[in-house]
Amino acid sequence: MMSNTTNEAMASPTSRKKIEMKYFINKFGALLGLVLLTITLSILTPNFLKIDNIMNILRQSSINALLSMGMLLPILTAGIDLSVGSILALSIVVTGITTVGLGWPPILGLFICVGVGMLAGLINGLLLTKLRLPHPFISTLGTMNVYRGLALIITGASPIFGFSYLINFTGQANVGFVPFSFILVIVVAVIFHVFLTRSKTGRYIYAIGGNKEAARLSGIPVDRVLLKVYMISGLMAGLGGLVLIGRTNAASPIAGLTYELDAIAAVIIGGASFFGGVGTVWGTLIGAMIIAVLRNGLNLLGTSTDLQTVIIGLVIILAVYVDVLRRRSK
Amino acid sequence: MILQMENISKSFSGVQVLKDISLDVEAGEVHVLLGENGAGKSTIIKILTGAYTKDVGRVVWKGETLEVSKPQDAIDVGIGTIYQELNLVPELSVMENIFLGHEIKKGGSLSLLDRSEMRKQSRKLLERLGVVVSPDELVGSLGVGQQQLVEIAKALSMNVDLLIMDEPTSSLSEREAEQLLKTISNLQKEGMSFIYISHRLEEIKRISDRITVLRDGEKIKTVKTKETSIDEMIALMVGRSLDNKFPKVQFEKGDAILEVQNLQLNEKSPVIDFTAYRGEILGIAGLVGAGRTEIVRAIFGADTKHSGKIILDGQEIKIQTPIDAIRAGIAFITEDRKEEGLFLDQDLVFNKTIANLDKVKNKGLINPKRQHDISTKYVKELEIRPNNVKLMARNLSGGNQQKVVIAKWLNTDAKLFIFDEPTRGIDVGAKVEVYNLMNYLVENGAGVIIISSELPEVLGVSDRILVMCEGEITADLNIRDADQEVIMKAATGGY
Repeated sequence: MMSNTTNEAMASPTSRKKIEMKYFINKFGALLGLVLLTITLSILTPNFLKIDNIMNILRQSSINALLSMGMLLPILTAGIDLSVGSILALSIVVTGITTVGLGWPPILGLFICVGVGMLAGLINGLLLTKLRLPHPFISTLGTMNVYRGLALIITGASPIFGFSYLINFTGQANVGFVPFSFILVIVVAVIFHVFLTRSKTGRYIYAIGGNKEAARLSGIPVDRVLLKVYMISGLMAGLGGLVLIGRTNAASPIAGLTYELDAIAAVIIGGASFFGGVGTVWGTLIGAMIIAVLRNGLNLLGTSTDLQTVIIGLVIILAVYVDVLRRRSK
Repeated sequence: MILQMENISKSFSGVQVLKDISLDVEAGEVHVLLGENGAGKSTIIKILTGAYTKDVGRVVWKGETLEVSKPQDAIDVGIGTIYQELNLVPELSVMENIFLGHEIKKGGSLSLLDRSEMRKQSRKLLERLGVVVSPDELVGSLGVGQQQLVEIAKALSMNVDLLIMDEPTSSLSEREAEQLLKTISNLQKEGMSFIYISHRLEEIKRISDRITVLRDGEKIKTVKTKETSIDEMIALMVGRSLDNKFPKVQFEKGDAILEVQNLQLNEKSPVIDFTAYRGEILGIAGLVGAGRTEIVRAIFGADTKHSGKIILDGQEIKIQTPIDAIRAGIAFITEDRKEEGLFLDQDLVFNKTIANLDKVKNKGLINPKRQHDISTKYVKELEIRPNNVKLMARNLSGGNQQKVVIAKWLNTDAKLFIFDEPTRGIDVGAKVEVYNLMNYLVENGAGVIIISSELPEVLGVSDRILVMCEGEITADLNIRDADQEVIMKAATGGY
């Protein structure tokens, strides 16, 4: 290990510049990607930069952005939550059954939607920490099926329509011309940022992902933190569900299929490491924006959805490859 | 002359890490590279094995210029390397590991594996090394010492003439180390050459023919082992003479800080009773596997225990998890700093404050400035180099990483510090700093317990020594009555 003798003052100006460049790309690589993508698309399609379209992108990105921020936490602990798409479906159908079917007050519905999500997340966390299932990939793969199945059973597999304005508000309303759901995304992101960087639990999340055994021996309540992580991930799925109800004015038990994959993609594109301990909210947010911008731009260009899927897949591979290069250069 | 390295230089991003290094290895020689962490030993090896490319210089192997660009190139010409982290597959058998990548095949179009031939050759190699292991045993079921010998067998099976060994004995017990050193001498007699890296000076003195001392990427001197002394080795390595390898300070013995009563790890294990006092350093000696780490892990709540009473500072405490132990005021500097102590991809600020974030909180949130101030304070007090708290823990040398772990525990304001092999794999200079720190803790009223497998160390720093053998405390010795012989006797059950 020679790096301990690294003395920056000794570095020649050119290599110094190279180091700074590398640092910049590390830190802002995803943002740079988003900017380049935006510029390219606005040259290729005249409609791309119009206010209406931009607001459209923000609206389209908000559900995935919420789910991705939730997903960031398990991934930071070197885990994963495959069940968020199913949790979203379960949350919204329970909201539908209680408020539309049973006529419970809509204000209660808001809490039910996020509450069901949180509860489902709690179960994921308990499976991991109490039953000691080997990896959350397995436990959440299980609950992904269980929650989806429950959503289908309790609705008899048919969607629920006719939500009240209060419940639709999150996904429908605009503040000025900005979608309320996007404002929600920003507020959540700020809260997440403070939570992850300035709270004990937030720091513990990074510690657990970086070195679980060292975390335990440093007196970190590993199980309790993991429980919180999966609860928050579930809660965010519920919140995403609330936005979806508003956008579709419906709660379908088959909603949110494969949403977990988009969320994972956004987190990874945003620079988080699959091995845990590395990643930021802002990166994740940019990851979600990249996916939304790409989808929107490709739509405007008239690309088929099949081809879009291929391109998004390639972007994920590219993002991870950039991460691999970055690691190698360490 | 089997190997010559001539005027090798290497820089990383403008920082020169090797400056004009020349050295040579004779056939049948054990050549030691000696230097503090960061002196450039590993870089030299990585250049030889093709992990790094040199900027300037020439490597001559058996009279011909050698260019390696990947590890396989080095193996192909007969240069094998055994790293600190062994490259074995635990789930495969000894034989499969030995022939991994160069399996012997039967003739014929199917080219099936010739298992009986591999078994035969494995057995021969193992016999040559004096290892009593079956070729069919799983490597994962072997001890570290035996695994290392399997690695050597693997190298032999590839017909290497030069074997590079990077701190091979650092994770071995005395007995295992002994066997390894014997094996090396035997192979040396057969004409094999070694480049050997170790921090254990006695061992170097015993085993080597010549020593090349490095400091800050420069070659200081190559000396014949016969013509040098351990003191000279240290002086060359650190650039000054270390007056005292063990800066022992005597303090007055105070009250009991830790009392362990009737501790049992499980219902069948021996009962453990001992007391540690303020004003003394309590050493725990014994062979690797004697159960020393298990005892302190149980006290700290890292592993479960069957029964027993733990009294800290006169008060009985219930310890179920490390959280309870830390809250009560116990700090545990673990044996393996990378696996159990550090967050390698986090900076020093994170590493030092994570065990006690309450201390840097302000109005419910972590205050980055306070966090930074505390970290900077420890960098200064413990002389952590480089003195940049934004560096990732990964980028520090072993000795400095150890100081970061210690800083993490200092920050918890603990009353009792348990050090488990705190100086393993760190250089002489850093060792002295760790000992000084232990003195400082004792002076300030903390209890200090140190587990060490190195007898000179445990004799040099302790006031009282517990010796363990097979899970039991077999001796409780005042330092005046302790010497290597007495300890070894108690450690091997011959009390």
